[in-house]
Amino acid sequence: MPLSSYLILGAILFALSVVGIFLNRKNVVILLMAIELNLLAVNMNFVAFSRFLGDSAGQVFVFFILTVAAAEAAIGLAILITVFRNYRTINVDDLDALKG
Amino acid sequence: MDFTQYVFYFFATVLVFAAFMVITIRNPVKAALFLVLAFFSAAGLWVLLEAEFLAIVLVLVYVGAVMVLFLFVVMMLDINLARLREGFGEYLPIGGLVAVLMVIEMALILSDGFGTGRALVPHPADYSNTRELGRILYTAYAYPFEIAGAILLTAIVAAIALTMRRRPETKYQNPGLQVRVQRNERVRLVKMKSEKKS
Repeated sequence: MPLSSYLILGAILFALSVVGIFLNRKNVVILLMAIELNLLAVNMNFVAFSRFLGDSAGQVFVFFILTVAAAEAAIGLAILITVFRNYRTINVDDLDALKG
Repeated sequence: MDFTQYVFYFFATVLVFAAFMVITIRNPVKAALFLVLAFFSAAGLWVLLEAEFLAIVLVLVYVGAVMVLFLFVVMMLDINLARLREGFGEYLPIGGLVAVLMVIEMALILSDGFGTGRALVPHPADYSNTRELGRILYTAYAYPFEIAGAILLTAIVAAIALTMRRRPETKYQNPGLQVRVQRNERVRLVKMKSEKKS
């Protein structure tokens, strides 16, 4: 498969993730999952480029992206749990305590 | 089409389908499971790209740890699904339009494969993705590697600090107090006359 196939696949995943953020503004959990899809699209691009250009640095960067994504998912979910404990809701509309 | 093309299209179709289901499905548990399917398909594609170490890492770390964490949290939270779907269709037309435009624009730019219509240069027979990654990860990229470890430590500390609750009735040991104990607090010698049978 040529390089462009993988890049277009990454583009489709990225667009799906953006649509997911558009559509699921109220549900914080699905929002986090759309962000994970975003990172998956970027990783797909990195791995494809690394293979076709013969440079392993792309794959090393995917390694680090996975690390940071795991850390971010853990902290995001910890925040979500803390919010849920205090407000008993994960609806973004109810989280308006900082509104002026 | 040869076999690798079939494999690519199969995995790519499953991946796009699973990603679409993640963003449209109502139930967060099912969305998390579809995301697991998406990660598995992506791992399959990466094996096709001869990046098998990253594919296994994706499955073990991302699916095995992060998605399991997602599922734990989703099942722990008592979510009222009816309210969460409000406004779903409100932005669907413009969201769909933005997505289609983005894909068309990116496809136009990316479709020439960056110049020479790059073909896959085959690797030698003893190519090992793990060895190649290890070769540069611990030498040229050792410093970012250590920073990644520090990031993970920060994440651990942050997640625990946010969510740990101390219950007053749980028993735990305090080694400092244990070490400072004195003999007279633990042992008491009592002198007693020995009993005689009369």
